[in-house]
Amino acid sequence: MDLRQETGGGLWEALRDAGAAALVTAGLSFPILALRTVENLDNKLELEQRWPLMFGAAMLVFFGRLAARVPGAGVAARWIVFVCAAFAAIYLVIDAWGMDADFPAPELVALAVALAAMVGLWLTAPFAATSALARKQQGARAFLGARSRHMEFAGVFALFAFPLLALWLLGPQGSLKWINNYGVQILIYVMLGWGLNIVVGLAGLLDLGYVAFYAVGAYTYALLSTVFGLSFWICLPLAGLFAAFWGVLLGIPVLRLRGDYLAIVTLGFGEIIRVVLINWTDLTNGYAGISSIPRITFFGIPFIDDDETGFAARFGLEFSPIHRTIFLFYLILCLALLTNAATLRLRRLPIGRAWEALREDEIACRSLGVDTVSTKLTAFALGAMFAGFAGAFFAVRQNFVSPESFTFGESATILAIVVLGGMGSQLGVAAAAVALIGGMEILRELDILKQVFGESFDPAQYRMLVFGLAMVVMMIWKPRGVVSSRAPSIYLRSRAAISGEHVGEGRG
Amino acid sequence: MGNFLQQLINGVTLGSIYGLIAIGYTMVFGIIGMVNFAHGDVFMLSAFIALIFYLALTQMFGVLSLPLAFILVLLGAMVFTGLWNWAIERVAYRPLRGSFRLAPLISAIGMSIFLSNFVQVVQGPRNKPTPPLFTDLIKVEVGGYDVTLSYKQIMIVSVTALLLAGFWFLVQKTSLGRAQRACEQDRKMAALLGVDVNRTISMTFVIGAMLAAVAGTLYMVYYGVVNFADGAAPGLKAFTAAVFGGIGSLQGAVIGGLIIGLVEVFFSAYFSSDYKDVAPYAILIVTLIFMPSGLLGRPEVEKV
Amino acid sequence: MTRWLSEPLLAVDHLSMRFGGLVAVDDFSFVAGRGDITALIGPNGAGKTTVFNCITGFYKPTIGRIALARSGKIEATGVEALTRSGRRSAVSQTCDLYLLERMPGHEIARSARVGRTFQNIRLFQGMTVLENLIVAQHNELMRASLMTVGGLIGLPSYSQAEKLALDKAANWLERIGLLDRADDAAGALPYGDQRRLEIARAMCADPVLLCLDEPAAGLNPRESGELNDLLLSIRDKDRVSILLIEHDMSVVMKISDHVVVLDYGRRIADGAPVQVREDPAVIAAYLGVADAGETKASVGGGQ
Ligand SMILES: Nc1ncnc2c1ncn2[C@@H]1O[C@H](COP(=O)(O)OP(=O)(O)O)[C@@H](O)[C@H]1O
Ligand SMILES: [Mg+2]
Repeated sequence: MDLRQETGGGLWEALRDAGAAALVTAGLSFPILALRTVENLDNKLELEQRWPLMFGAAMLVFFGRLAARVPGAGVAARWIVFVCAAFAAIYLVIDAWGMDADFPAPELVALAVALAAMVGLWLTAPFAATSALARKQQGARAFLGARSRHMEFAGVFALFAFPLLALWLLGPQGSLKWINNYGVQILIYVMLGWGLNIVVGLAGLLDLGYVAFYAVGAYTYALLSTVFGLSFWICLPLAGLFAAFWGVLLGIPVLRLRGDYLAIVTLGFGEIIRVVLINWTDLTNGYAGISSIPRITFFGIPFIDDDETGFAARFGLEFSPIHRTIFLFYLILCLALLTNAATLRLRRLPIGRAWEALREDEIACRSLGVDTVSTKLTAFALGAMFAGFAGAFFAVRQNFVSPESFTFGESATILAIVVLGGMGSQLGVAAAAVALIGGMEILRELDILKQVFGESFDPAQYRMLVFGLAMVVMMIWKPRGVVSSRAPSIYLRSRAAISGEHVGEGRG
Repeated sequence: MGNFLQQLINGVTLGSIYGLIAIGYTMVFGIIGMVNFAHGDVFMLSAFIALIFYLALTQMFGVLSLPLAFILVLLGAMVFTGLWNWAIERVAYRPLRGSFRLAPLISAIGMSIFLSNFVQVVQGPRNKPTPPLFTDLIKVEVGGYDVTLSYKQIMIVSVTALLLAGFWFLVQKTSLGRAQRACEQDRKMAALLGVDVNRTISMTFVIGAMLAAVAGTLYMVYYGVVNFADGAAPGLKAFTAAVFGGIGSLQGAVIGGLIIGLVEVFFSAYFSSDYKDVAPYAILIVTLIFMPSGLLGRPEVEKV
Repeated sequence: MTRWLSEPLLAVDHLSMRFGGLVAVDDFSFVAGRGDITALIGPNGAGKTTVFNCITGFYKPTIGRIALARSGKIEATGVEALTRSGRRSAVSQTCDLYLLERMPGHEIARSARVGRTFQNIRLFQGMTVLENLIVAQHNELMRASLMTVGGLIGLPSYSQAEKLALDKAANWLERIGLLDRADDAAGALPYGDQRRLEIARAMCADPVLLCLDEPAAGLNPRESGELNDLLLSIRDKDRVSILLIEHDMSVVMKISDHVVVLDYGRRIADGAPVQVREDPAVIAAYLGVADAGETKASVGGGQ
């Protein structure tokens, strides 16, 4: 009874089906949403009853499903019905219970909306696919797939202009957040995504412990700079080399494993590294992490408020911490562009083609004399190296590292960036990093929601919730990612992209 | 000797819980070839559902008999966790069936993030101390060492054994089990022969969740505290157990669960409790290098 | 004409392959001559593909020796000496000898130069037709790019090598009539074209022995005829020996120089096509216990 295929049907069926969905929602909400465990004054657990929430959620799903299934309505009409019904349901419930009562607390209402939106998005996906929206998506795809020189040039120019523009528009204080949280952080993830893209997207090897190499890079810089006082410029290549070394070390024994076994072993390796970082306190300081990692300098000139030696003084500027952030931004931008150029070039070299061939068919590769083990190892090592670079940047940006930053969740996020971007596409991966990490940052500060739900509403709490949902929805919407087509690495006459349906996904 | 026995008891108890969760991973993998990363969080959700049921029964309905309450809690947790997993499969995995291999994996990771944060938001981020249950202990002196066997442990191992027996009957002797095995072999063929594939897959998720709910209930009883983040670690270890035993193999999952539980307990008793989380993974990695399909997994021969 | 005895390039000795209890290949020996098209025939499940997999290193034989002379010809004394030495290969003035059962698959393709196609086509579906042929020249290009480093810094000698590889690929595309589709995804080609592309891809790796697993399966008569011409031109023009698994007797009779027949993993006949066609054991194997007159006609069909 797949409803997505049965959107015909009469009104009666639509009603019946919406009723069933509402019942399921009620069932799902019954224990976990309707009854909340709270500690009383004796530190004992008690239950708090919140039945309106359950009814609200069920009603939302009911109307949502009805809107999606009601026969003969246009897409816009369905959305309008859905949104109106949703708000009607919320206010109905709130009103019935009395607004001045303790509950439903506004955040819980928001939660119900999130729940319903999940179902709603799922339901409307098939409509979206045939609507004007879809045409726009196609346009976007064509845009992302396009590789005209002008576009690239404009893109790079925009990236270089970004911090200056932010500075000009928002001033030193206002722009810090944009350049640091959005700019530098996203670029770190872009690097990570590009690194993992080599392993997963090109070579087709599923690596679930990628964060380990990120950690190796971060700790390499943290330790070398705090213990031996080495400068960032020496540590950066070392961080990459160290991470690559670990990649090879892990790769040698495990790369003959196939498919999901490789995935779990890499995952285990990531966990082992994290546990070691936590417990080897002599070296890593355990949970507390390593702090006061030296900050970035302008080729030796520190960004400090000093009349003699500081960057600002030397260049006749007024001191501002933003200088350092801007410098870091440009630095990582340059390195990212460099790694991008290297990757694009590698794709056109025999090694890069061998990676992709490996993803397509490992057995055929062997029959052509491709040494699959060393080919996999280079992919692994190179991917690890990118993570090592990113790790060094992470450490110098935070000037603090701790094991908490290198959990499995982080590996999952990076993998999501690669898959959402479209495996193998540099541009797609960058776009996914912007959307995912930028999106998370934006969710951090949706103060507008406070006006809707009241002051006690804390949007940050819902950040990861929405993030998780977004991952599900995006996958259903575009299982092969934003850029699903593949650009050929060499051509005779025409350089047309290859449709994603032919492109393999690897089994390693 | 006494210490060894004590650790053996603790290890088997922990291993039972891992084994129950591992079955959910292995069944889903067997039938649709997908690693259900949200399974650990389904387990965590079930522990919360069990807690809520327990509080509701004792505080709202005044059930005083502990065994009765426990059985009702177990049933309630199984039913509602099963429903959750059914819905999750419908919403997050079914639309992706037969699609790109990594898509359901990412979807499952998204679901996992959603579930843990959902529970955090609706139930609060703090640890939930549960009322102490089955607190009696049996003490035996072995070689000058007091070996304690708690009622909890006896109950956990016996409930696990009982449910595994029932589960075994279900997959070996019923038409559902046959349909599952048919779908594992060849889904298209099974469909042509009249097996309702969608229903079979749904039921697989429901059964996996029910076993996870048993594990969740036992976990809540055993540790006396639940938290929204409790899904990740046991989930990963149970997944490790499933792979260790040979993913796709039900016996393998149980054996793998027991071994991982024992390894963890013995390692922390005899070597270092700080590094106890390293031991299962290290052993897994070493095992896979020498036995690339786990203990009982079918060797993956690629016909050329 | 028994070139396979006078100038052998491949000698398979007492090859056995077991899968658990199943004996797929059972004490099987044969030789293939340089410059011959040697057909390996037999009913379904006879073990032909398994023999190919042993030769090309995908399976490690349970027992047996597989010797290949990349150049020169195989001589018993040389093979014995190499076997005893425990090494994989011996290069002498008369012959470059390799013991394939001791080598991993990619080494067999890279050093011993055995190329192959697969019963179920294994193209790089998501790569273009052209890319498939370039990947086949991987080792050569890898050397030219100085293990990637030279390519990365844009060494002119690498561009040169790439151009040569491109020419070679284009040449093969012309020969198989796919030049127009060079930039299309290999997976988008029709079945018959995919078969030919797979052969061209194997040829781009410069093999001395080309093993083709049922190349005519699923082809229509016209495509099958084109395939015959292609195989003959590979033998005559490129001077590459061919080992061919084929079910279509008309193809076997028309183009092969030497036929080896396998049934239940054992060799039941070996000889020139005309001889084998008349062999009662072959006739019986092909149709079980059948009416001899009919069988003869069908085995010899196409002649
Ligand atoms: N990897 C394998 N594992 C188990 N049995 C195999 C394997 N490969 C081939 N076989 C068995 O070996 C026998 C011969 O198969 P094959 O060589 O493919 O026959 P042919 O190519 O002559 O049709 C068959 O019974 C087949 O099932
Ligand atoms: Mg065959």
